[in-house]
Amino acid sequence: MKALYWLLTLVTGGFLMYGALDMPRFGDPNSAPNTHVSPRYIEDVLKETEVPNLVTAVLADYRGFDTMFETTVVFAAGISVLLILGKPRRKKESEG
Amino acid sequence: MIHQQDSVIVRTISRFLVPFIQCFGLYVIMHGHSSPGGGFQGGVILGASFILLGVAGGLGEVKLRFPTKLLMVFVSLGVLIYGGIGFLCLLLGANFLNYGVLPISLPRYMGMFGIELGVGITVMAVMVSLYEYLVDFD
Repeated sequence: MKALYWLLTLVTGGFLMYGALDMPRFGDPNSAPNTHVSPRYIEDVLKETEVPNLVTAVLADYRGFDTMFETTVVFAAGISVLLILGKPRRKKESEG
Repeated sequence: MIHQQDSVIVRTISRFLVPFIQCFGLYVIMHGHSSPGGGFQGGVILGASFILLGVAGGLGEVKLRFPTKLLMVFVSLGVLIYGGIGFLCLLLGANFLNYGVLPISLPRYMGMFGIELGVGITVMAVMVSLYEYLVDFD
């Protein structure tokens, strides 16, 4: 059984490695992101968003929908804490 | 179980530090546009200031300043601010979260500041609620 787990892990990992070979080299100036998206952000960000910080502009404006659901993930974490660890409503002694 | 510390030095120094940490957290949120920072980072700093109070002085110190009942209100309020700004843009006739139509000066700048504030409030309240609920759990 243990051999089966090893086999599964190695095969899956091998496929992932094989897939990663197709990715462009890090920082390759001719890769698709570096020829289309990045120059547009770098050149037009101040004109389009009025914000000098490139990272914030991408995070909050171009990718605003993504960030909204990142916030929702944090929100879900808080709700889960309430559901799992919260006590039923009852009168408690006041602390502090 | 966490025991309350009786060290005067630890309690005094941490209570002295907390306002400065919170000022820095607000600074990180507000200057997320022009320097490194933003809602997530600033919210974590604000939440950590409350956790420092709790670690130094016991859970009661945190509950005094951030009641458990209010935690979930703040967690929801942040997401509500974020989504509310998105829907406000929708009502004003643009796409969801397209801040350009907000009727204020520098609409995109201020819209981004609004959503960073929402993110900060949510992250801060979640940090504090993690601490309060985990410590209170027995």
